[in-house]
Amino acid sequence: MASTAETDVMMAADGVPLKIKLRRAERMRKIWALGLIAPLFIFIVGGFIVPIISLMTLSVEDPELNEALPRTAEIFSQWDGEGYPSEEAMLVFAEELSTADRGEFGRVSKRLNYDISGFKSMLKATARASDELTLLPADQILQGFIDIDDDWEDQAYWRAIKGASSAYSDYYMLWAVDLKRDGETGEIISVDEGRAVYVEVLIRTIEISFAVTILCFLMGLPIAYLLATLPTAKSNLLLILVLLPFWTSLLVRTTSWLVLLQNEGLVNDLGIWIGLWNEPLELVRNRLGVYIAMTHILLPFMVLPMFSVMKSINPWHMRAAASLGAPGWKAFLKVYMPQCMPGVGAGTLLVFILSLGYYITPALVGGPDDQMISYWIVQNMGRNANWGLGAALSLILLVLTMVMFFIYNRFVGIDNLKVN
Amino acid sequence: MTDSGHNRVAGANEPLVRFENVQKTYDGEILVVKDLNLDVERGEFLTLLGPSGSGKTTTLMMLAGFESATHGDIILDGKSLKTVPPHKRNIGMVFQNYALFPHMTVHENLAFPLQCHGVDKSEQESKIDAALAMVELTGFERRRPGQLSGGQQQRVALARALVFQPQIVLMDEPLGALDKQLREQMQIEMKHIHENLGLTFVYVTHDQSEALTMSNRIAVFNDGIIQQLDDPETLYEKPKNAFVAEFIGENNQLLGTVKDVSGDRCTVELASGEIIKALPVNIGGVGEKSMLSLRPEVITVEPGSDNSCDDIHTATVRELIYMGDHTRVRVETCGNEDFVIKMPRGSGGRSFDVGQDIKIGWHSQDCRALDAA
Repeated sequence: MASTAETDVMMAADGVPLKIKLRRAERMRKIWALGLIAPLFIFIVGGFIVPIISLMTLSVEDPELNEALPRTAEIFSQWDGEGYPSEEAMLVFAEELSTADRGEFGRVSKRLNYDISGFKSMLKATARASDELTLLPADQILQGFIDIDDDWEDQAYWRAIKGASSAYSDYYMLWAVDLKRDGETGEIISVDEGRAVYVEVLIRTIEISFAVTILCFLMGLPIAYLLATLPTAKSNLLLILVLLPFWTSLLVRTTSWLVLLQNEGLVNDLGIWIGLWNEPLELVRNRLGVYIAMTHILLPFMVLPMFSVMKSINPWHMRAAASLGAPGWKAFLKVYMPQCMPGVGAGTLLVFILSLGYYITPALVGGPDDQMISYWIVQNMGRNANWGLGAALSLILLVLTMVMFFIYNRFVGIDNLKVN
Repeated sequence: MTDSGHNRVAGANEPLVRFENVQKTYDGEILVVKDLNLDVERGEFLTLLGPSGSGKTTTLMMLAGFESATHGDIILDGKSLKTVPPHKRNIGMVFQNYALFPHMTVHENLAFPLQCHGVDKSEQESKIDAALAMVELTGFERRRPGQLSGGQQQRVALARALVFQPQIVLMDEPLGALDKQLREQMQIEMKHIHENLGLTFVYVTHDQSEALTMSNRIAVFNDGIIQQLDDPETLYEKPKNAFVAEFIGENNQLLGTVKDVSGDRCTVELASGEIIKALPVNIGGVGEKSMLSLRPEVITVEPGSDNSCDDIHTATVRELIYMGDHTRVRVETCGNEDFVIKMPRGSGGRSFDVGQDIKIGWHSQDCRALDAA
């Protein structure tokens, strides 16, 4: 019988078979648990982590020259950047230009055009004449280039080719923070003032996110407090009012604000009709519009975590504080608010992180100076087809988000995070 | 009973708290407290006892300032509390769920009222030390409430309510969440703390044994009215009405009609036909209904001729329950099937059989004729 056999094993082999049996039983449970999470795990790895990593690698890749003109890339990378490249290098460059694939050539000329505008057309003209270049003797090759376009006399163009010769580079990462490598020395320097945009965009992104978070906190705190303290029937109604916009499409809500806040919109009409102001106020297509719309859209993310934490605070604590001699404000600050902190932390973190990545709302209700980093990611990935820069900006956004998360974890503690 | 149990402050005859015609309604339709007049003497341990919904907690909350009186006034130390907010009343309070601040350590919890009352830092420390020593929790300063047992939390709550030396300490069923043994231990400790400090305690409970153990006086609440306000002994031995008799301790009730009242005795005829002599306490005239109340321990089984029982009846034994120190005998007599008798261990050592007929008797002065509630 099974029971006798088991007893025999236990007695015979000093407990080891029992452990094996236990492990076997546990293993089945582990496999079962793994099986349950497997679909989601595969989905996240395949649909989220792998694409993010592959996209992020674009920010440190600089492959165009290597793919289009591999020998040129190799020989230019050996050049020290002093004077002109060797005649041999120029010859290789001319040879490869004459045989380059059209598509690859297009990409490399676009890449080089990032460095010096006008490079693209110059390269095109050079390529057209490259067959003749290859026939020139070595000591006349530079002159041959200059004959095609005067600009070849400028060493900066040659250095730009060297700069693009490495398959991996910090080119796009530096660009994303308005920096570049100096062609002559290789030192990291600021880009020309006219081209510097992204640091300002980054600061603006943080500024808008911070302001929206503060606004959401100030407006969400009383609502969450009301929700937590009202009788259930009333608080449920209020909760539905808070959640209602939550269930409406982001685009609909944003465009509604556009309609409400525009010059001939409801708010302006009403204000003028009542006599609060005489001329239509600029309420939209500027920072104010961005703040109004984003605060409205993100408010539920602040209210819900605060509400769920406040709901769990014992209402007797306020009475206890009063009986101990604390006036209402003191009881609120010293007894109530400290207990709200996990909810406040969760709400502010959520709103701040969501704000960092906002795109549609500022794009619709903001002006040109109110666009956030996501707008520029879209611009570069879409219209400009500059994936490297787009990826670099995305990486900055991701790092920024993670930094916020770690700061939060350091000061509030992620264990305290409560989202319902 | 005299006032021997009261720690009265010499020279202050005026009560510390006076409720004057206080009424309270929450919905404008039902009075939760009906015309309350109550004096809380200085230094006494007064318990408000009653079932839930009797108005005792509301009374306490009005004194603490968390509820306002709909009508009437509450006077604390000669001053009306009408316009005094809770935090200026200088009333300590221990709550049912302790209401300790979970984000503060024990030390910070105790320091909180001292900071609110503007006590010096150095003085704060000595007061906190003294309060913790009083509740025997020295060394627990750095713990948080979540790291304490229920009994320890209760002690911290008590220490916190006492540390700023309020004029009066209110307690709302503070022992309700503790197990029986701990509760009984805390009752004795709180009684001792009260005796040592000489403070005025007002205590709310629905547990009559708790009230009897600790109080100088007990106000029995029912239906928004104080049914009786007396010291524990009087309350138990001389209940003034059927509710108090029923609520405090066990009692056997017999419903009948008053036949005759003469001097300190009346006779009541039960539905089953028996005529019973009783002490008239709270009855209407002849012909009115009356509830007779008999404590289980005043009944003598098989009274001998030497016994002065002047009312003897026949009863049929229905059930015997051994309780250790006594045996509960449930009998059927005078038309009541749940008539309970307590027989102390060693009282004759008699053992009956279920179904057996026995004689039971009592002194007619122990049979109290009360209102038919």
